Amino acid sequence: MSEKKFSKKHEWVSLDGDLATVGITKHATEMLGDIVFVEVPDAGKAVEKEGQAAVVESTKAASDVYSPISGEITEGNKAIADDPGSVNTDPEGASWFFKLKIKDKGEYDSLMSKDEYDKFCKENPS
Amino acid sequence: MEIQKTALYNYHKNLGAKFVPFAGYEMPIQYKDGIVKEHISTRTHAGFFDVSHMGQFFLEGDETLIESLEKIIPADLKNLKINHSKYSFLLNNEGGIIDDLIITRTEKGFCIILNAACKENDIKQISQFLKDNHKHLLNNDLSLIALQGPKSVEILDKLIPGVANLKFMAGNNFDYDGEKLYVTRSGYTGEDGFEISISNKKVEKFIDYLISNEVKPIGLGARDTLRLEAGLCLYGHDLNEKINPVEANLKWAIAKKRREVGGFNGWETIKNLLAKGSEKIRVGIKPDGKVIARENTKIFSSENNEIGFVTSGTFGPSVNAPVAMGYVKSEFSEIGTPIQLEVRGKKYGGKISELPFYKKSYVK
Repeated sequence: MSEKKFSKKHEWVSLDGDLATVGITKHATEMLGDIVFVEVPDAGKAVEKEGQAAVVESTKAASDVYSPISGEITEGNKAIADDPGSVNTDPEGASWFFKLKIKDKGEYDSLMSKDEYDKFCKENPS
Repeated sequence: MEIQKTALYNYHKNLGAKFVPFAGYEMPIQYKDGIVKEHISTRTHAGFFDVSHMGQFFLEGDETLIESLEKIIPADLKNLKINHSKYSFLLNNEGGIIDDLIITRTEKGFCIILNAACKENDIKQISQFLKDNHKHLLNNDLSLIALQGPKSVEILDKLIPGVANLKFMAGNNFDYDGEKLYVTRSGYTGEDGFEISISNKKVEKFIDYLISNEVKPIGLGARDTLRLEAGLCLYGHDLNEKINPVEANLKWAIAKKRREVGGFNGWETIKNLLAKGSEKIRVGIKPDGKVIARENTKIFSSENNEIGFVTSGTFGPSVNAPVAMGYVKSEFSEIGTPIQLEVRGKKYGGKISELPFYKKSYVK
């Protein structure tokens, strides 16, 4: 498994061959607050880089989750749809959102490293 | 308009509040614990809410003050005893709700608690009916604190002996730290609790006491989930000037005598609707699954006809499921009627539900 890369929309991606795993960052969960609903995509769905792929809702509001990378969904994490609160406890581990077969590794390479993402969050507090 | 702050603004900041602009005020939406924990701690222990943005409007006058107020408020103010409160509204000529409010009879007149976003207009509307010898004051030197939850009575009675004897929707003056404060047994969470009107000078000291008794600060986020579980309306969402009390399923708040005799704004319309029923009515809604039907979600019948819309919707932490309120055509308002909720272009099943979603524990 490769190192995690990060998007400006607060998603993370890890790569195993051409299979990517995507989730939302700890920072994102802290901004959202208590997560109470998650909708993950079904296998077979095609997603574009920065296209809407999943939904996450906190007690406050609904937000879209974008795919930081293009490809075809192979699996949505049903466990987080059944237990949305688990996204707050382990967002960058067991509570990934979806896996997809990627088309262009260049898209992955162009994302931010952990250090770059941390810096980005500091410079863009919200 | 410049954004306003309550006397506790810096206090909230030190407690780790996240602020949002609300009705012209910078108000805490949540603190460090987050909405779900704040909600649960109110239901299981006690929480305090700074509701000082709400208007505390005092009126003084002779018997004619009652006549004036009864023209715009459909409560039976003549028979309201001193230190007793009623939930009511200001009505326009069509019977639409200008604001919902709590009115308390005081020794010299009345105190009305008004929604922050509406208070300036409310005062204009009320003033139309006042006479020269009626005095009125929107008192901005007072804070208003809601203390809610099962431990509220024990905690507050230790500091202010006697409050435990108050019944729901009744109040009195009490001494605290060399000052008078006014306490009512009321609130907007479905829990037992109190609202305390206290001078801005003393409010920090009072909150220090609550915090030393493990009362948690609760923001607007949990206030919303608590009131929605309790089936209580939020003005500007579930109620507005185009909705009348019959449609809002709040006809219980119009005094029986006044329904018959009238003499208030919109009486003709309301009397008519009371006799034949309204076309649409406010109901509770429970989605079948986990999907949250938020404000403006369209409601469809099982035959796919559009029958209404959601006015408030969230996840109810104590119900442990999504909950909502909205308006549907009256023929679909029976408890248990299956409906469909359109969320992000997809239809999800749901049912018309009883209100409240969470059983109230008022001390009557």
